[in-house]
Parts: sequence; structure tokens; C-alpha cells
Amino acid sequence: MEILVCARRVPDTSENEIQLNGKGNDIERDDLVYSINEADNYAVEEALQIVAKSGGNVTVVTVGTDEDEEILRRELAMGANHGVLLSDDAFSGSDGKGIATVLKGFVQKGKYDLILTGVQAEDGGAQVGGMLAAMLDYPFASLVNSIEITDGRKLKVGREIEGGNKEMNEIDLPCVLSIQTGINEPRYVGMRGIRQAASLEVPTYGAADLGVDKASVGEAAAKVKCDDYFVPALGKGAEILQGTSEEIADKLIELMKAKGGLQ
Amino acid sequence: MTARIFAYIAHKGGVVDDSAAELFAAAKKIDSAASPAAVVTGTGAELDAVCQSLRASYGEVWKVASESLAYPNAELVRKALVKVIPAGSVVLVAHNHFGIDLAPGLSIKLNAAFVSDVMGIDGLAGTSLKVVRQEFGGQVSTHVRCDISSGTVLNLRPGAFKPVDTAPVNGTIVDKSAEVGALTAGRRYLETVVAEAGDVDITKEPVLVSIGRGIQEKDNVAIAQELADAMGAVVSCSRPVVDAKWLPKSRQVGSSGQTVKPKIYLACGMSGSFQHLAGLKGNPFIVAINKNPKAPIFQVADVGIVADILEFLPALTDKVREAKGAHASR
Repeated sequence: MEILVCARRVPDTSENEIQLNGKGNDIERDDLVYSINEADNYAVEEALQIVAKSGGNVTVVTVGTDEDEEILRRELAMGANHGVLLSDDAFSGSDGKGIATVLKGFVQKGKYDLILTGVQAEDGGAQVGGMLAAMLDYPFASLVNSIEITDGRKLKVGREIEGGNKEMNEIDLPCVLSIQTGINEPRYVGMRGIRQAASLEVPTYGAADLGVDKASVGEAAAKVKCDDYFVPALGKGAEILQGTSEEIADKLIELMKAKGGLQ
Repeated sequence: MTARIFAYIAHKGGVVDDSAAELFAAAKKIDSAASPAAVVTGTGAELDAVCQSLRASYGEVWKVASESLAYPNAELVRKALVKVIPAGSVVLVAHNHFGIDLAPGLSIKLNAAFVSDVMGIDGLAGTSLKVVRQEFGGQVSTHVRCDISSGTVLNLRPGAFKPVDTAPVNGTIVDKSAEVGALTAGRRYLETVVAEAGDVDITKEPVLVSIGRGIQEKDNVAIAQELADAMGAVVSCSRPVVDAKWLPKSRQVGSSGQTVKPKIYLACGMSGSFQHLAGLKGNPFIVAINKNPKAPIFQVADVGIVADILEFLPALTDKVREAKGAHASR
């Protein structure tokens, strides 16, 4: 099976405190630790597992700038066959639809049976996969937490719905699936693998290569734009207990006793 | 505003989803003079019951009845909506597992702008709608401007829009079924697999020691377990702990896990995402322990402790044992 995984490089919220920049028009991006979006990494692992069972290739693609190439190399080190960067000044400022338009251009250059995305980016809206599927007229399923290959033209996929329940669907190929975290256990990527991937070729395609009309992407085409960032006014907020660990623990135990939580 | 506002309303077993009142409230925030219409898809007596209850608040209820829509398959629902919703409309959808499935593709087919997981509406100026979203797990918020000149689809965060009181309107039911016709999809619903019960039922526990990403590794789960044992409590968790396979799914609190209603909830090393908090009901006494003083969990907690849980929880365990020992010897 030929599988395309659409991935993104994002600030890693488990490694960073996200703060506003001085102007309030963006977050403070200096010194942030970036990594591949967590759900996208699960998507790559799932693609690798499918290919290990049924053959084929895994291509990882991202829309971004030269800086974003590092996540492609990381996923190559993980075992992906190809990494491709889609980059053009014209793509800058794209909204979700603009990104989906660029990806559509790339999909149509090749022949993929299955397209995977992460369910959502840290700063995104769980939107590009569903948009891309609609543009291609492919079937789509979001929040996918299991994939089973039933025959050459169909998959059986589980979706995570409320209460830990799972909705099972049959879906025709080619299709687009957005992958939920936890679907598998992504393999570890060591420094050695990343060093080896450093010399691999990562081609870059621009708007002209993809046959993408520059007027349909980028800031000018974007109907959705971020105005500013702010930290919401706190509600009442928690009463922060102060003191040494011991003092805090004593206070907390008294509070929990008063609430009937400690007999 | 000239564009009409439609709210796609989910339902189950003939009962309207809670989001119906929230989407109505959001429509009024976009345009206080609007008379939003509800759109429902389904079949049979259940759909009729849904239409009847919606007409109490919505001035118009657009009904699309079809056997193929008996189960809400997002691809089929999308195809039905594309046939009935006029170009340029504002379409509101709840941001849940169904809305995530439906709305992005719907926006493409309606050639409308799309904003996901909207949690506030700031107002409309001409064709520019300003809304509020959160990014990075709620650490920062952002104002987003959306050009609605060719319509928009907005996914609205459940619980973010407080229902407003409205006088009963005795709305009209408009049957749009004939406009839809036969529908087929490349994706077909098979069945729903109900979650397996776990070794403990966290939904019935009065005290939960709940751990998040801050527990850092599997071996550290024992630190939380020791505290829970000392307190006579049970360990629960947030999504990253289940994703990492450190605890079973049955221990997960949240919209995709269990809904719990403890008296006391110790939120240890977790950010407090809205999906997690959606599983926390009954107004418990929330204690947040997190080394990041800006973690959103501190906004909803009653008591906060800024500390690394790997250091603080063992100290607390010792103190709890001490307190219990003193109690026992008395």
C-alpha cells in the first residue's frame, strides 16, 4: 500500500511554557522546543506498521519552511521511505483550507491508497484531513484508533467516540484518516538514526511544481486569520498553598479532611 | 445580517443533544436579531420526537428524513446538508467526535470559511466575524477573524456557550427530505463497541488521585498508587497516560474516557485540557499539583500547589500515613 502521512512541526507543549510575545500578536517563539506534532508521529508509526504487514511505501510530507525539514528527517530515521517538503513564499499565512489545497496538489502528483494525518495539531483545529478528503472526494474518518486491512480495496477502522466506546466503520480506499494518539506505541528514534537520516535527500516542491494556483493559498486567500494572542482573564482561580512541602502537605490534609476525603 | 444561521442538532434515541441550547445561544451572540433554524437528520418516530422538542426554542426546524440517515454517518449527513443549506449560510456544529468528522469537509463543499473549536463569539462587523479559540492546550487564547461573505461553518466547544432563556416559539417544522434523495457513502457504519469495564470503577470513587503527563514514566505511577493507598483512594489519569499505555483506558477521565463525580480530585501533573475536565462532574474539591504555575488546571482548581509531583506526592504520602497513624493510635 502506498501511504502518505501529512505531518507538522509544532512547539512541544510538554517541553515548553507557552507565553505571549511583547506585541501580543504571536506566542514567544524564541527558545521554544519544536518537535513533530504528537498525533502525526502516531500516524507515521501506524503507516510503518501497515507497510510492514502488507508492503508498500510511506511518504511523509509537510507544508512549511526549511526549519520544518527536521521533522521529516526524524520520520525518515523512524523508517519512512520518503520525506517531502512543500515550501513556497506563496504558502505563507495559509489557513486550514490553504494548507489542504497545497496538500491536494501533492497528492495529485502521486498515487496513494491511504492518506493519514494526526487528529489535531497543538495549535490547530482538527481540520486539514477532513478538508483534504472533501477536496479529493475521498471518504474520511476522524479520531481513528484502530485500522485493520480487510481486503485490497477496503479498511475496517475504529473511531474513538464518547465514553471510551469505539465506532467501527468500513471505508473504501483511497481514503483519508485522522489518527488519534494512543493508536500504537511509536518506536523510539535514536540519535544514530537521526544522524544517518541527515544525509538523505528531502526534495522541496513549490506552488509551480504542485500545480497550485498561488491565488488559492497564502494569506491573501485565507478567510480565517489570527488577530492576536492573549491570556484569558483568570476566573477565581485556585488558592495557591505556600510554604515548605511539609507545611503544604499538612495544610492540604486538613483541607481534605474538612471535605470528607480523608477519614 | 443577511445570512441565515443554521444549527445542526445531534440526537440519540429521540432525545435532543445538550448542544441544541448552546448552539442557539451562540447564534444569538453572532446576531441577536437572528432567528436561527435547527437542522436535523434521521428517520422515523425518533426524528419526529426530536423535531417536536426543538420547535419549542427554534423558530424553524428543518427535517431531513431518510433511512440512510438512521445512524449519523458524517459523510451521508454532509451530502444531505450540502443539498439543503443555502449558499452563504452560517452553520453551527458541536465540536465533538461527530462535529470533527463532519464540519471541515462540509465547509469545503459549501465553499464556506471554517473555524474549529470556537469557545467565544466577540461579534460581527460587516462580513468579518471575530471569535475566540484556545491553542496549546489552553495555555493561550487567540482572537480569530473569519470572513463569512461566502458563509461559514463553526465548530463550537461543548459547554462554552451558556444556554439563554427564551420564550417558547412553537416553531415550524419544514420537511426537506424530498430535496435530498438517495445517499451513498464510501464509509459505512458497522457497529459500536462498548468500552470494556476495568478492574476498578473510577466513576464510583469518592477520592481520585489523578495523574497526567507530569508522571513522566511508567515506574512513577507507583508514586501515585502509594498516595492513593494511603488515602484509601484510587488512581485515575488523563489521556497521555493511557496513550503511553501506563494505565488502562478504564482509568481515563475525560470526554473520550469516563465521567467521574468524586468528592475530592487530586489533579497531579496535568494541564487541565477541556476534554479532560469534561469528564469531571458534580463540583468536586479540586486540588491541582503542577510545576508550571501557568497550567490551565489552576484556573479551575480550588487549591493549587506549584510543585513537581514526583517530589511532592511522596512527601504527601508520608504525611497522610502519619496523620492516619496518629488517628489510629488515639
